[in-house]
Amino acid sequence: MEVKDANSALLSNYEVFQLLTDLKEQRKESGKNKHSSGQQNLNTITYETLKYISKTPCRHQSPEIVREFLTAMKSHKLTKAEKLQLLNHRPMTAVEIQLMVEESEERLTEEQIEALLHTVTSILPAGPEAEQKKNTDDVAMDEEDPA
Amino acid sequence: MFVLVEMVDTVRIPPWQFERKLNDSIAEELNKKLANKVVYNVGLCICLFDITKLEDAYVFPGDGASHTKVHFRYVVFHPFLDEILIGKIKGCSPEGVHVSLGFFDDILIPPESLQQPAKFDEAEQVWVWEYETEEGAHDLYMDTGEEIRFRVVDESFVDTSPTGPSSAEATSSSEELPKKEAPYTLMVGSISEPGLGLLSWWTSS
Repeated sequence: MEVKDANSALLSNYEVFQLLTDLKEQRKESGKNKHSSGQQNLNTITYETLKYISKTPCRHQSPEIVREFLTAMKSHKLTKAEKLQLLNHRPMTAVEIQLMVEESEERLTEEQIEALLHTVTSILPAGPEAEQKKNTDDVAMDEEDPA
Repeated sequence: MFVLVEMVDTVRIPPWQFERKLNDSIAEELNKKLANKVVYNVGLCICLFDITKLEDAYVFPGDGASHTKVHFRYVVFHPFLDEILIGKIKGCSPEGVHVSLGFFDDILIPPESLQQPAKFDEAEQVWVWEYETEEGAHDLYMDTGEEIRFRVVDESFVDTSPTGPSSAEATSSSEELPKKEAPYTLMVGSISEPGLGLLSWWTSS
């Protein structure tokens, strides 16, 4: 076996989530072969990874949301890795943004960080726990419906 | 967190699977070979992404199975340097805090990287951050099961393929248990930056 390119593309958590969910559907339809011992590894890793990603905000994303997010990010001049981290984690505080964006004090002013936060929280849908909290809180907040 | 890796391999399809579509058999064989396994210097393989090219299948004399050279792309877990991840604390030991992502367990936060000052509580086997404020010291415990945000700073791949028989005399009665080394470990950088550490330390109540 030969590895031709160990880093050909970066994948967002949403893409992996989509891929694994589709794979699971396919295998459910084709029935009995998933119980053979050879498929056990695939079952384990699919189950665990799906469980992990389901607890992140990526669960409710869609290709349109991701596209909208990336177009909105163009004006902020961030690197690919930074945009990917923002997409995967959906930071809600300035502290989290400072972690993910390198040298954010020099590159972004306070207003830019606020604007960035606003773009992130308005375009990307909230994670499952945040939604639960929103339902129990009495404070009404505007939440954009995922497309 | 995840990357796409392009690989080439020769896949052997035994004759009793010839009735199935070639693409399906190949996908199944590749997943059987690579899923949930660590490839040296590449990462933890998750699942097949797609098959980019199938070359001609050959049947060799003496073996009824077909051999096909396949170019494919595989989804691999390989966080890049300085990436921020969120995981669960699996446990604490004098070596540091062990964090797990569910599908990947070998993440270690060495004691030097914890927020200073930190000490190891022997009685409860847990690391504690002694946070100083004006009122006095707060002890923040790093309990098992807590979610923690950390930055990846280093990774180490260990080649765990079996070595040949050594020339030293074989002591069959007192066999040393081969040390189980994890093939792929993530070393975490300091979690002392603002925003890193247990999620509960930073969420505003």
